[in-house]
Order: sequence, then structure tokens, then C-alpha cells
Amino acid sequence: MDTQQQQQQSAIQGAKVLMVGAGGIGCELLKTLALSGFHDIHIIDMDTIEVSNLNRQFLFRRSHVGQSKAKVARDAVLRFRPHINIRSYHANVKNPEFDVDFFKQFDVVLNGLDNLDARRHVNRLCLAADVPLVESGTTGFLGQVTVHVKGKTECYECQTKPTPKTYPVCTITSTPTKFVHCIVWAKELLFAKLFGDKNQDNDLNVRANKAASSSKETEDVFERAEDEDIEQYGRKIYDHVFGYNIEAALSNEETWKNRRRPRPIYSKDVLPESLSQKNGSTQNCSATSVDDSATVSAMPLLGLKNPQELWGLTQNSLVFIEALKLFFAKRKKEIGHLTFDKDDQLAVEFVTAAANIRAESFGIPLHSLFEAKGIAGNIVHAVATTNAIVAGLIVIEAIKVLKKDADKYRMTYCLEHPSRKMLLMPVEPFEPNPSCYVCSKTPLVLEINTQKSKLRDLVDKIVKAKLGMNLPLIMHGASLLYEVGDDLDDIMVANYNSNLEKSLSELPSPVINGSILTVEDLQQELSCKINVKHREEFDEEKEPEGMVLSGWTQSPATKGESASTSNNESAVEVTESSSGPEIASKKRKLSETQPENHKRETENVESEDDDDLMEIENPMTVSKKKRVA
Amino acid sequence: MDGEELTEQETALYDRQIRVWGANAQRRLTKSHILVSGIKGTVAEFCKNIVLAGVGSVTLMDDSLVNEEALNANFLIPPDENAYRGKTVAEICCDSLKDFNPMVLVSVEKGDLSARSTEFFEKFDVVVIGYGSLATKKAVNEKCRKLSKRVAFYTVDCRDSCGEIFVDLQDYKYTKKKLEEKVECELNFPSFQEAVSVPWKPIPRRTAKLYFAMRVIEVFEENEGRKHGQCSLLDLPTVLEIKKKLCEANTVSESHVPDSLLERLITGTIEFPPACAIVGGILAQEVIKAVSGKGEPLKNFFYYDAQDGKGVMENISNSFTS
Repeated sequence: MDTQQQQQQSAIQGAKVLMVGAGGIGCELLKTLALSGFHDIHIIDMDTIEVSNLNRQFLFRRSHVGQSKAKVARDAVLRFRPHINIRSYHANVKNPEFDVDFFKQFDVVLNGLDNLDARRHVNRLCLAADVPLVESGTTGFLGQVTVHVKGKTECYECQTKPTPKTYPVCTITSTPTKFVHCIVWAKELLFAKLFGDKNQDNDLNVRANKAASSSKETEDVFERAEDEDIEQYGRKIYDHVFGYNIEAALSNEETWKNRRRPRPIYSKDVLPESLSQKNGSTQNCSATSVDDSATVSAMPLLGLKNPQELWGLTQNSLVFIEALKLFFAKRKKEIGHLTFDKDDQLAVEFVTAAANIRAESFGIPLHSLFEAKGIAGNIVHAVATTNAIVAGLIVIEAIKVLKKDADKYRMTYCLEHPSRKMLLMPVEPFEPNPSCYVCSKTPLVLEINTQKSKLRDLVDKIVKAKLGMNLPLIMHGASLLYEVGDDLDDIMVANYNSNLEKSLSELPSPVINGSILTVEDLQQELSCKINVKHREEFDEEKEPEGMVLSGWTQSPATKGESASTSNNESAVEVTESSSGPEIASKKRKLSETQPENHKRETENVESEDDDDLMEIENPMTVSKKKRVA
Repeated sequence: MDGEELTEQETALYDRQIRVWGANAQRRLTKSHILVSGIKGTVAEFCKNIVLAGVGSVTLMDDSLVNEEALNANFLIPPDENAYRGKTVAEICCDSLKDFNPMVLVSVEKGDLSARSTEFFEKFDVVVIGYGSLATKKAVNEKCRKLSKRVAFYTVDCRDSCGEIFVDLQDYKYTKKKLEEKVECELNFPSFQEAVSVPWKPIPRRTAKLYFAMRVIEVFEENEGRKHGQCSLLDLPTVLEIKKKLCEANTVSESHVPDSLLERLITGTIEFPPACAIVGGILAQEVIKAVSGKGEPLKNFFYYDAQDGKGVMENISNSFTS
């Protein structure tokens, strides 16, 4: 072994590493770390093992389904490397016990996560603890690995990430044009209305109410009388949402001037008089002997086997009624608490059927259960090979980080098709974005109607949704307006709650044009300043939130070389400029400048799969950006 | 397609990957038979990947016994001496692989790969030679090419933190997506013999240096009668001598093949597990492509070097000369 290899081995053996995520990438990563000689590995994952994990999360077996991923992964790796130390945590990385002090004990943190929220959270803790982070993600044959070292390379949030796709409310409720619109309707509105929390706001009847001008009546349709026959109830729902509601919508001629008119569908036109004699599910379902809620299924009762088969209107209608009946017959206790879950077979069947019937009504092509499940569950495509490759790349970067080989750090893209002959493309990392509110503490600008908007709007739409804070604290000067925590007394909680309902200008310390707010998350140890700018009007279509946050990316209008806080000219005052002279002197282009604000707030579709993410940047755009010299 | 539907069990297990390559490709995968020889780190990674992907069968050939080196990057071998005593590497790996996916038939074939008759290879759709000698690679490739059916042929080799994959799909037709349309494409691959005897002079200068360095090492091991990786710094003078001869024969300057790279390849005899994972991953991806007939395959070499982090495809055939 030469000296270089010896150096490498001692760097590896002395290292204490934290892995976040024991899914697709995590399994591969833990194996490769152990083989490479890492001795001290801690691993956090809140998930349990599912059947659809087994095609790639090779440390898991069928017998492990339902158990903690972190623990089973640990046990499996200890079998071929019995003498190393692996500690597993079956927990959410956002739990308070994983604070800055916890992170400080590690030499490097390696992410194999599946969602933006957790990634941002870990990024902030790594910055606060000053621990390098190696970040990763895969989808299908595409993958990426990036290195984030405070002060040396950009942090995970230096570039805005594509936000989950959202759809305008009215497209979902009345004018769908794509199958995904029907899925969102079936999942978020109909399924939620029938089986979810009854107290939650639901737009399902918005349009119908207006047309029928009798909200009470329509409300009652979804209530099932105690002795009402389930099939009759199912048909009533069917006729209401696919027949009556469509009919009511059609009466508004204005809507259909430039659109294809939908066709109302009633159960009597599609289904025989009574289904019970033909395939009485309630009697028959002893066939599905185990009454485990995850295995209840309408498909076998209807003789449907192949999830990839396309069902016609009649089959979808049968599945709709049958699935609804099964929910009431077999899973009555869960009704009122259910949310859609891609691993819930009956829920997938119901949503597929409902979406297809609606699609039929609107002249949109129908889809198989397999396809519908992929859309409804936002299932990320995943294969073992990409995860294995990405895990190898993570370990290589981790070793460089441990050896402090800063000039050798690379972000690497796995491509499906070679680009300039390359399938694995290393790129020099970018320098930190001097206008990043996370790692450079540049103030943000918030345009808001300070007389109309409540503090609650600010907390929900900005502090939580946009800034990704978990346990926020909001201050105006020396006055504490809001905070979250277990250690607050009742008086404080009441005080904060009353603040939430006040408009900004009515707060004990009024927030008006020119005010500067300090927003902090104590767990993430992130603090940022927001310059408030009062604005009277907002475009309902483009700015539905009624407020616009800007500051850490350039707006499209101010393109060009200038970086830093250039689009803050509208800000009243820039209080703090903490970007170091070295960084400020360098210039940096950001290609992603899409404003996040002009989207309607109905749907927040986020990848919920167990590993693997979707945020692959186009390496072509990446190569144009400025890199660390 | 080929009639038979995937079973419910298969659809549930392979759900996420069917979403990547489709049900037809999955059906083809479940019917494919793969022969693998030389099971060190990279090949162990490859085997794991294709077993998880759900090929029909995997046949393993490696009669070597477990030693310290075999344990290093091969996670298919449990480090328990009682478990592996008296067993070959192939037998132990077979036990581990079966466990990964009960739907794949994993078995062991004893004996020397190069001694096998042409008919033997007819049973397989894919043949992968890991860490093979020059003679074995040539001989097996020739046999595969003699068969009436097309057998996809691959070699893989890792030294230090570098890896090489060679691909021979003969005359290969596949579909690829161009915008929204599916396009039929055809590629013609040179044999292994042809690909390693391409004159160096006309090969473009920016071609991966590893291509040349690997040829030098191959010839060295062949001349000296060494097994794969049976070399050390002491062999450097002999290796450089061979390099000199090859460069002269190809009328290129000796700087064509950097000495430092050759030194790395002969001294880095311990496998580097991250590189194994990467090269084994790329190889599995290529085999999946070839079996499913979907997507543009590698033609015809792939190189990875952890030192610069690049994974490049090189097309090396006699087209440079013509």
C-alpha cells in the first residue's frame, strides 16, 4: 500500500459519518461505505420496508416488510462486516433530538433522501454545525451527486429548486383537460370528501353549489344515513358527481364557449339495475380471507387481474361502486381519517375508477390502474443500478471531503445518453451564491398588503411553505410576534394565537411599509431578515397568495452579470451584508429564475416515494454557470 | 409481445422499474439467461443488480477459493470462515444471490470457461467475462460469434480505481425514442479481437488513455503467464518495455500511454469498492438495455477513472482507418 492509499485509509477509518435515508440510495451507500473501510456510521430513516422497495433496496427481504429500514439495513451490513459500528435511528431527521450539536459530532453527512423538505432541513443543520454535506438523488437512469462545504461551495439552497407542480382550482373542479387533472380531482377532492376528514375545506361542490344555489342539499348527498344500502349510496354519489354536477356545470354556458362540453354520466345508463345478485361483494368478500386493510381489493371480485389493462366505462363504474362498498363494509372504522396512499390498493382502485369516469365524461383518454397509480402516488421511477452508481459517487466525494481535497470536489451527473461521450459527467462545484438567504444571510423582500394580510398568512405561506422553517420565531425589532415550541406557557400561546389573526399593521408592534422582520428557526439555527414592502393590489391569477417574496434569485427583469442583492432596489433598507469580500467580488450567474409565485394553491404534489428524487438539473444549463475557480 | 403476462407478484415487486423500462422489457428480462465468470468486486455488484432487476437465470463460474482479497470488495461472501471453507467463490456467491430475489434461478457451473465448447454458450443470451485473460476473452468471444443466435458479449476489468467494459452485440437492432417517436436503429459491433487490434495511430487523440494502458497490461499478463492482478511495482520495467514495443509497432510516441497510469494499474491491486459499484452499475444497465432491446447501447468500450471522475464511452473500431 503506498502512502496515498495509507492516507486515504486512515482518513476513512478515523471518520464518523451520518447517513440520512436508508432507502434505494441508502442501502447501496451503507454497503459501499462498509466495504470501503468506514468504521463508524450512523443512519437515520423514519420509513418502514414495503414490497415495492425490494427490487432495489437489496438489504431487505420479504420477511422484513413493515420493519424499520435503518435497523434492517444495519443488521444486514453487519452480517458481512461484523466488526464495524453502525448505529440506526428509526426516526424523522427533523426531530428535535437531531439538533446542531448532534450534527457536530460527524465529519461528513451523506444524504439519500426523497424530498425537498428534509433536504433543506439537513442542509441548514450542516451549515449551522459546519459539517460538509454530500447530497444525492436519482430518478430512472438519471442521478446526481453534489458536495456542499460551507464557504467553499454553494449550499443546497443556493439555487431555487423546482417547486412541486400545482394546478389552478377551476381546472380541477370544472374544466379538466388532462388525465392528471382527473386524478387530482379523484384523489384530493372526491376521495378526501368521502373517506377523509369531513371538517376539511373541500372544493368538490363549489361549482355545483353555485349552480344549484342550495348548498345544504348538496352537502347532504355525501352523508350516508345509518340504514342506507351501500350500493344505493354509491349510486347516489356516482350520479351526483358524474351526472348532476356535470349537468349543473353545463348550465353555465360561459364556461363552455371555447371548450369541449362534458357529458353527464348516470349509473343507470352504465350499470345494470342491481349489482348485488351478480357479484355481491359483501357476501362474497370472505374470498379475501385476510381482512388486513391493505389487501382489501375490488379487482378480484370483478374478475380483473391485470393492473396494466385498460378498463372501459362499465368496468370503471363497477370498480367505483365495488370499491366504495368495500370501504364501508370492510374498513368502516377508517372512514373519516383516510388520506390517499399509493400503497393502499383499494384507495388506488377507487381513485383510478373515479378519475377514468371523469375522464370519459370530459373526453380525456382513459388510463390503466398501473398508470393511474403512478400519477396519483407521484411515484418516482427507480432502478437499482443508478442507485448503486450514485452511492459509489457519494463515497468518492466523501473521501475527498475527509482528506480536505477541496480542489478535487466534483458534482457528478449520471446521464441516460452520453453527452460529449460521457455517461458520468463530473463538473466543478459552484461557489456559494452571495444572495442565498440560507448560507449568505442576504435579506429577502416581501411585498404584502400589510393592512389586509394576517400574520397567519405570513407564517403559512412564507415562513413555512417558502422558507421551509420547522419551528419558526418571528421578531420585529425587539418585539416577539410569534414562536413555536414545547416550552411556551399558556399566556404566551394565547398571545401568539391572537397575533396570528391580526393583520400585520394591527400587531402590537405594527409591521408596515419599511419594517424589517427577523425570522428564525432555532433548530435549524437559520435566521434571515425580511424587508417588508406594502403593496395594495395583487393579481389574483398570477399572485394568488396575495404576497410576493423575492431576494435570493434574480428576477428575469434584472438578468445579467450582476449578482448579490441587485433586485433589492425596491427594498427600503438593506440592513446587513454578510457576504464576505472574497465572495462578493466574484460574480455568479443563475439560470433558474422562474418566479414561484404565479401558481394556484390547490395541489402540492410532492414526491412521497421512499428514496430517490426528481430534481435533476440539465447538465447543459449547468455547464454554462460560473464555477469555483 | 411474447404472450405470457407478468404475474401479480412480479408486477408488485418490479413496480418501480417497470415504470422506467416498461412491461415488455420486464418480460424479456425475466426470460433471459446470463453467464458470468470471474466474481470479484465489480462482478459481484453486477450480479446483485441483474438479480434484483429480475433476469430469468444467472449462471456463475469461478472455481477459486476464498482468500483475503476475495473478501475485500465482494459483499456476497460472508466473512465467516466456517461458512466458506471448502467452497468456491461461485458457490458462496450463489447462496447470497438466491436470497436477493427468489424469482431468479441462480446456479453454479464448474470448470474452465475457455475450455467450454461453442454449444455451451448457446444456452445463454448474455455472457460476461470478469477479469479474464486476453486468450479467454478472445476465445469465448469467437465462440459466441459462431452461434446462430446472437449472444451479447461483455468483458469487465477493474484495476486500482479504474474500470473498463467491452461490449460486442454483433449486428444489433434496437428502438430508441426520438422526441415522441420510436425509431428503429442498427449498430454493427467489431469482435473483441478486432477491437483490441485497431492501429493506434488513427485513433483520435482525446480517446481515454485507459484504452491503451489496458492493452499494455493485457499483453504483459499474457506474456508473463500471470493471473489477473498478479503484479507489483517490481514488474514496472517489464511493463514499460512492452509499452515501448507496442508504441513502436503502432508508430506513436511513448507518451501516448502515461507511465504513471501504468504504475497505478499494476500497483493498485486492492479493489476500490466505490469504483466497483459504479462500473458494476453501468455494466448491469447495459445488459438490461441489450436484453430488452430498448435504448442506445454502449459502443463499444466504457472507461471509468475515479481520479478524474469521468465515465466515458469510446467507440473503437477499424472505422478510423477506412
